[in-house]
Amino acid sequence: MRPPIVSIDGVTKRFGETAAVDQVSIDIQANEFFALLGPSGCGKTTLLRMLAGFETPNEGRILIDGDDMTRVPPNRRPVNMVFQSYAVFPHMTVEANVAYGLKVEGIGGAELRRRVDEALAMVRLENFRARKPDQLSGGQRQRVALARALIKRPKVLLLDEPLSALDKKLREQMQLELVRLQHEVGITFVMVTHDQEEALSMANRIAVMDHGRVLQIADPRTLYEHPTHRFVAEFIGTVNSLDVEVRSVDGPHARIRHPLLGEITVERAAPDVERGVVVARPEKLRLDFSAPPVDGEILLDAVVEQIAYYGDLSFVFVRCPDGTALQISRYNVNRQDKGDPAAGSLCRVGIHPDDLLLVGTG
Amino acid sequence: MARSRPGPLDYTRRWWLRFWLLATFVFLYAPIVILVVFSFNDSRRNIVWQGFTTDYYVRALNNLSLLEAFGNSLTIALLSTVISTVLGGLLALGLYRFRFPGRSSVEAASALPIVVPEICMGVALLVFFAEIGWRPGLPWPLSLANIVAGHVAFSFPFVAVVVRARLAGFDRAQEEASKDLGASEWQTFRYVTLPFMKPGLIAGALLAMTLSLDDFVITFFTSGPDTLTFPVKVYSMVRFGATPEVNAASTVLIAVTVLLTILAVRLQRPDKGVA
Repeated sequence: MRPPIVSIDGVTKRFGETAAVDQVSIDIQANEFFALLGPSGCGKTTLLRMLAGFETPNEGRILIDGDDMTRVPPNRRPVNMVFQSYAVFPHMTVEANVAYGLKVEGIGGAELRRRVDEALAMVRLENFRARKPDQLSGGQRQRVALARALIKRPKVLLLDEPLSALDKKLREQMQLELVRLQHEVGITFVMVTHDQEEALSMANRIAVMDHGRVLQIADPRTLYEHPTHRFVAEFIGTVNSLDVEVRSVDGPHARIRHPLLGEITVERAAPDVERGVVVARPEKLRLDFSAPPVDGEILLDAVVEQIAYYGDLSFVFVRCPDGTALQISRYNVNRQDKGDPAAGSLCRVGIHPDDLLLVGTG
Repeated sequence: MARSRPGPLDYTRRWWLRFWLLATFVFLYAPIVILVVFSFNDSRRNIVWQGFTTDYYVRALNNLSLLEAFGNSLTIALLSTVISTVLGGLLALGLYRFRFPGRSSVEAASALPIVVPEICMGVALLVFFAEIGWRPGLPWPLSLANIVAGHVAFSFPFVAVVVRARLAGFDRAQEEASKDLGASEWQTFRYVTLPFMKPGLIAGALLAMTLSLDDFVITFFTSGPDTLTFPVKVYSMVRFGATPEVNAASTVLIAVTVLLTILAVRLQRPDKGVA
């Protein structure tokens, strides 16, 4: 394996007493689209700002392409950033904004013109070069910020909540565009986001952070299907969590007991998980009215309490006789379907032990 | 076509509001219009219109001591504007940029000259210059130095206030973006921060210039017996009767100020889109 393009090595950043980033180590490979995901205040932005050079770690080292950058100022790092507010220079035209990073380096003449043309073409802003930022839409301003950063040919492009200021439609469009751009330029992207869907759909790998610590680093599918922590399971997507009693553990499995499920064997998220909760995604549960159980399935009686209809799918909230609340998602795959059950009606919920996972609560 | 009743936002269609607007303008500008009109009055007195003449402009232009006073005023205004703009701009930037103990006290103290009555400033400066042993009677530009110092003292806080207000809308990420793109501290200031401050600096400079040009009280207290500025000279002329010559001189001053204002507005225009 090639050496990582970014190596964050035991980095801690304290503001006063509190550690915003606490003993974080991450290796990011070249050409990865890497996401730092977490709720606000989890330290992801501070970590990104340390990569850019706007903050200096109290402990640990940051290596970029093998060089120690821990104390190198931002203007001498081979990384560039797209700011959350875009920070496009309002008094300059689109062209001058894009050219800025080369001009301050002393690059001019034909090379400057060629690279500006290239960068503008890359973000499809050729026809807007003479405009001022206040004559651009939010999406166009973001493209200016992207072109301005990419023209420097950085080793790593940092993106701070790049899509949060855009409306939903535009956000979806820019998601695809950013992924296309990343393939095209072959530069490592490191993106900070609090939006789990954004992270799942765009990134190759994701680090989930909470309270300054990295809880899990994995590809999107592993994060979704094999979360190691209750926090990760609940932050990414929706999940039903059941408190269980662990009877015994054996390699990748655990024997657990729950009043509804009885004593069953489920998968363990990690070898060190010996206590915790069992989680199940809402789409893995089956809402069943009459059909016999599928092989190995556990059927629970429940009452439908509430239904949230989203068009393509519905969330059905049910409650079991012992008070346990469960959430089941139902895809509306058939137009002739009778639709969702009425609130108050009785139903059965099918759970297969293979879809359950024991995760740690730490 | 029948005229509809004015809606709640049709201010300009209510006659009493129009009247009010007109009255306001009359109140504001009638004295100035009269001053300008009577500068062309062919009479030694300023009371009755006798006929049109430009004699008094010629006379004012030939009044050497008036010209000297005007030259002094312009020199003082120019110097004090440059110095107060630099000082005020730096103060605003420092207060915007840095957090330090006693910052709010510094901010309050720097705004003090705006609220201290001018007469007190005048007396204070007089006493101060006497105390440090400032001697009048120096050769020309130096003889203005204490007046310039006095003007800077009361006009740079105005510049600072205006520039500070402008900087309040500055997205600091722009400075970070500039450094991130490879610019040095100085390049960032020169190409990003300063252009953003520019409209505030121009407005502040204009304010400082106007304040300095027509300042009477502080100048009166700080100037030596031999140094006259335009307002002080006009005052001494009026004491011997308000002749149209005074009007003519004042009209020239008004014209200069209006021109400066137009110029400043023009200079700011390319930046009007800056949000």
